Amino acid sequence: MTETTQTSAFRTFRGDTGAPLDPELRSIIARFVVLAVLCAGVALLNENFLSVANFTNVLRQASLLFLIAAGATLVIIAGAIDLSVGAILTLSACVAAGVIHATGSSGLGIATALAIGVSAGLANGILVAGLRLPPFLVTYGMLWILSGGALYYMGGIPITGFPREFRFLGSGFLLGIPVPILIMIAIALAGSVVLHMTMVGQQIVMMGANRAAATLAGIPVRRNLICVYVASGACAGLAAVVALGRVNSADPGMGDPLLLPSIAAILVGGTSLFGGTGTLLGTALGALLLTIVLNAMNLLTIGSAWQPFATGIVLVGAMLADAFLNRRRS
Amino acid sequence: MIAEVARTTRLRGNRARNLLPSKTLGASVVLIILVPLFGVFAGGFLSPHNLVNIALQSSILLLIALPMTLVILTEGLDLSSGALLSLCGVVLALLLVAGYSIPLATLAAMAVGLLFGILNGFCVANLGMPPFVVTLGTLGMAQGLALALADGNAVSGLGPEIEAFSAFRFFGLPVLVLIAIAAYGIFHVVLYRTTFGRYVIAVGGNAEALRLSGVSVRLVHGAVYAISGATAGFAALCMIARTNAGHPTIALGMEFDAIAAVVLGGTSFERGNGWLFGTVLGVLAIGVLRNGLNLIGVDTSLQLVAIGALVIAVLLVERLASDRSASA
Repeated sequence: MTETTQTSAFRTFRGDTGAPLDPELRSIIARFVVLAVLCAGVALLNENFLSVANFTNVLRQASLLFLIAAGATLVIIAGAIDLSVGAILTLSACVAAGVIHATGSSGLGIATALAIGVSAGLANGILVAGLRLPPFLVTYGMLWILSGGALYYMGGIPITGFPREFRFLGSGFLLGIPVPILIMIAIALAGSVVLHMTMVGQQIVMMGANRAAATLAGIPVRRNLICVYVASGACAGLAAVVALGRVNSADPGMGDPLLLPSIAAILVGGTSLFGGTGTLLGTALGALLLTIVLNAMNLLTIGSAWQPFATGIVLVGAMLADAFLNRRRS
Repeated sequence: MIAEVARTTRLRGNRARNLLPSKTLGASVVLIILVPLFGVFAGGFLSPHNLVNIALQSSILLLIALPMTLVILTEGLDLSSGALLSLCGVVLALLLVAGYSIPLATLAAMAVGLLFGILNGFCVANLGMPPFVVTLGTLGMAQGLALALADGNAVSGLGPEIEAFSAFRFFGLPVLVLIAIAAYGIFHVVLYRTTFGRYVIAVGGNAEALRLSGVSVRLVHGAVYAISGATAGFAALCMIARTNAGHPTIALGMEFDAIAAVVLGGTSFERGNGWLFGTVLGVLAIGVLRNGLNLIGVDTSLQLVAIGALVIAVLLVERLASDRSASA
């Protein structure tokens, strides 16, 4: 008896029980392999790719993308969508920049960015969960409301130059590591813990997998949906602070080019658009993959106009790959 | 099941013949409020020159909004049509500069639009991918391609033929308005008088019954996106005629105006409820709103806010109305 238990435990440990590997683990491993192959390929094409300076730059860019995509990942896992993240970042960054220039207080600027992010997320959440409006249309309408608001607020003139302590979050170093990368790790860890180890996290996954069953099981679907939208808005607000610190300038177009890559990062990371499955680690890997592709294009001096084209191809390609792999498996 | 399809489609057909369905008043209300308001407060709003201007602007938007109505009837969304219009405009302009004739260049632009539309349709209908994400991806592709092809600048110097084309008038009506009227006619006949049109309505209304009665739902569903792409290619001709240049970002965000027009016109995202003429009213409402706000001197940025808020407001009113009728 003891012997058999031991053997089976040993077998499980070695991973040859015959049972398939946990699909989420498998998808993460697959992403690591793709990432390694991609890095090797780009490194062969251009020797500058693996330099410390370039790789730090890639990680920094990926961390900004991850911050925008992190909250939106939760929204998608919960079975909805948030198309307004880029616009939330824009408005948060612009108003925060205005507040910093008016008051000189970095803390007030950060608070403003987060407050705008949270309120925009709350508005999305109330409209989608409370009033049961279609999520893609609500967040798409919100996209234009927020970016229109940012355009109006700025009046066509960018705000540049911020205090050193404010820029710390976007361009500072802690123990030799760029702060945005540390923020990315912190958010990824915290988010993963919430998603995989708490009741709310499991409820979010369940409502994404089967909304009707989740409702019948007594899960507070509406409350959780509002929570994920608020988390998404807060992440976009935090990303605004990082972006401001990085580029040291706020302009009303800064968030527009970030929506497409953020959704692409989520999809490449293996989160299903139909909800119910997905990981934040996957989104981080997706953001890294996408950033490396764009960085490689830069290194190979391919014009920046091709970047949205490449991002679109990556997005549609990820969906096609996903569809065909799922079809073959089932 | 076949009877079920017939019943649903007949029902929709009747609604279509009903000229003012009770729930599709959004655009009419906006027009009835805005036109007198702007007539009084916006100087020159009712002048013939300005009205022609509104008509010209609306005719291009209508060409995007008509296929968008079909897409929304299938409970989908096409975010790529604005970027496609820009891309096709650049392609068209480049071909005209290279010396090709207008019909040939237009066909090529439509082929480009069609290709993207087929890609959209394949991903949505055959692979079951969410339309707003698929079309967001193709939006990026089309926009990048347009910028790369045009090298970031407007393509100009298109020759005298396109100027002659845009100056053409028939009984005082500019050619763009004529095209828009003809396009409405074609879409109306296709949607309400052909089997294909009934299938389109049924894809959103009752796809399962349609499938069981032996119709290739995927083909009909995908075709709607292909039509949207090809029409965007044709709309590029109108855009070129109006601006006399192929600008790679000129129609960015136009898909939002089109979606707003369709929603204002009373086409709902649920269960294939739609009304094609409502889209015309919706397009006019958006055109009047933008033009009037321009004349009063309201910034473009606030126009975006106004239209976004209007869309959410219409959705809210619809939701409240359907809740009330459900509880009654």
